[in-house]
Amino acid sequence: MTTQTERPKPVIRLGDRVFARSTLIAGSLILVALAAVAIFLIVEAIPALGADTTELKGSPSNFWTYVGPLAFGTVWAAFLALLIAVPLAVGIALFISHYAPRRLAQGLAYVIDLLAAVPSVVFGLWGIKVLAPAVQPVYAWLTDNLGWIPIFSGPVSGTGRTILTVAIVLAVMILPIITAMAREVFLQTPKLHEEAALALGATRWEMVKMAVLPFGRSGLVSASILGLGRALGETMAVAMVLSPSTVISFVLLQSENPNTIASNIALNFPEAHGTGVNVLIATGLILFVITFAVNFIARAIVARRKEFSGAN
Amino acid sequence: MSTVAPIANALTAGKLPRYTPAWVLLGSAIIITGIALLMGNPSIPGIVVVTAVLFVVLVYLLSLVVEGSRKAKDRLMTSLVTLAFLLALVPLISVAATTIGLGLARFDLEFFTTSMRNVTDAGGGALHAIVGTLLITLATAIISIPIGILTAIYLVEYGRGKLAKWITFMVDIMIGIPSIVAGLFAYALFALIFGPGIRLGIAGSIALSLLMIPVVVRSTEEMLKLVPNELREASLALGVPKYLTIIKVVLPTSLAGIVTGSLLAVARVIGETAPLLIVAGFTQSMNYNLFSDRMMSLPLFVYSSYSQQGADPQQFLDRAWTGALTLILIVMALNLLGRLIARIFSPKLSR
Repeated sequence: MTTQTERPKPVIRLGDRVFARSTLIAGSLILVALAAVAIFLIVEAIPALGADTTELKGSPSNFWTYVGPLAFGTVWAAFLALLIAVPLAVGIALFISHYAPRRLAQGLAYVIDLLAAVPSVVFGLWGIKVLAPAVQPVYAWLTDNLGWIPIFSGPVSGTGRTILTVAIVLAVMILPIITAMAREVFLQTPKLHEEAALALGATRWEMVKMAVLPFGRSGLVSASILGLGRALGETMAVAMVLSPSTVISFVLLQSENPNTIASNIALNFPEAHGTGVNVLIATGLILFVITFAVNFIARAIVARRKEFSGAN
Repeated sequence: MSTVAPIANALTAGKLPRYTPAWVLLGSAIIITGIALLMGNPSIPGIVVVTAVLFVVLVYLLSLVVEGSRKAKDRLMTSLVTLAFLLALVPLISVAATTIGLGLARFDLEFFTTSMRNVTDAGGGALHAIVGTLLITLATAIISIPIGILTAIYLVEYGRGKLAKWITFMVDIMIGIPSIVAGLFAYALFALIFGPGIRLGIAGSIALSLLMIPVVVRSTEEMLKLVPNELREASLALGVPKYLTIIKVVLPTSLAGIVTGSLLAVARVIGETAPLLIVAGFTQSMNYNLFSDRMMSLPLFVYSSYSQQGADPQQFLDRAWTGALTLILIVMALNLLGRLIARIFSPKLSR
């Protein structure tokens, strides 16, 4: 045992070494890229914190009063979009996974996926030229009849370019993402659970409620949060549809709407100069932090679910 | 012996006949249309919405009376789930119909053969934008696909331990980066090198790569994982070095899936507007050089045609819609091609 036998050294071929190294470098490049994103944004954003902001739109007193309404608008619009999209997405996913005829299901799923293929600038154009004029009469009716509810209070926007329209467009855009994930999760429900529920005399809805939804709940939560992340960062559709101003307001149907960070950057960047650029980059950094946190939470939920369930 | 009255069929008792929902739907449609005509302002969306509501309520009530509360709830949820699906089709059909309807106005030869240089009113086209989009996307693909595939190979074939975990995690985070933040990053990078106010086509490619790489990594990773381990083991057992095993056995087996994933990734970034708005800029002229000056792209063409309308807005809007139609057609073509390749060339696994 103690005698030292000369072990033959494993031969590592040159090709092997080169190939393994290059894959390693490519992988590390991703880490470097993400670190670079954070570092460059921070470097360019630092001048904004002490900058003279009086020349910015709305002449805010400092950077934080400038970014406050924008951050509020970003979160509020994304939240509204989620509120519209999640119930619809659950319905659609259930329809495709458990209600539609088996033979049609694949095709129907593809139809919903088509929504994801439409570029955001086209949704923006559609939102302002088709959707906004179409919903304006509905908004007018809402303010007339339900105006006593604070969020529906008037005066109604004459163009329909309000935050609710933006939320509808955003909801349409995140719908295919949430639907696709929810569908996959619902399809993974153990067949035995479903059959057991049906065999005990449950109706189809009771089966869904007892077997499918509890199984898919955490998957659904992470799908929604991923959709939320997408809605937070969506730029062009908001920039084109919304008629923005610098307010913090929960009201849905008036012409004074809080803008979102991404849309504010898109609208102001082409003409920005000097510290204006730094201020916009700093708002971008805040958007990055918000979406990073949101995605982080979603991934944590997905990871926890993997530990607990046999699926995946 | 008194005669017993024949019992109703126990299996169908307390059930609505099979076609009841269809009849209820027809009935409510007729009633609502009639009321709308009597009131004198028939608007088709209104009729459809009210009919749907009436149908859901009627079926629920009928079922509640005949079948009991559990069945009634089942029917209610079935209607709602179906309605959710139909509701999602509305924006899809509306977007498709308006884009095709309004986009065909300028879908002519001039649109694809001229740029917007010196065009202030009628005429003009998007050749500069189409060329720009193709060049920027091509550069993006050249940067992203090798890095993405190599990273995926690292994660599946080599990666063990902490580094691989970190890379997987960071790829997940990268998928969620807002596109405008990617644009800002590319701007910050190039501004530090070339000074502020820089606008380059290649900067747009860098920004888009940041969005495309994680998509390529994720799809390639899935495909590599599908390759059966027995193939790798057989090859290694024959004395083939690991890198040759990967190049000659693993990659060819999953090639169709990798190509499909890359095409879908290209389809995803080709419609991105925000990063190009930040770093590639607007221009009205042709520019074939990625490394100098501003470069137009098709999504930006749509946006600027809409946002900077000239004396005759209709001309600009027509161009915007035609640009949108062209963009959708390109994305659809890439999607279809990807799915076609996946269907034709994918190895037939046992099913």
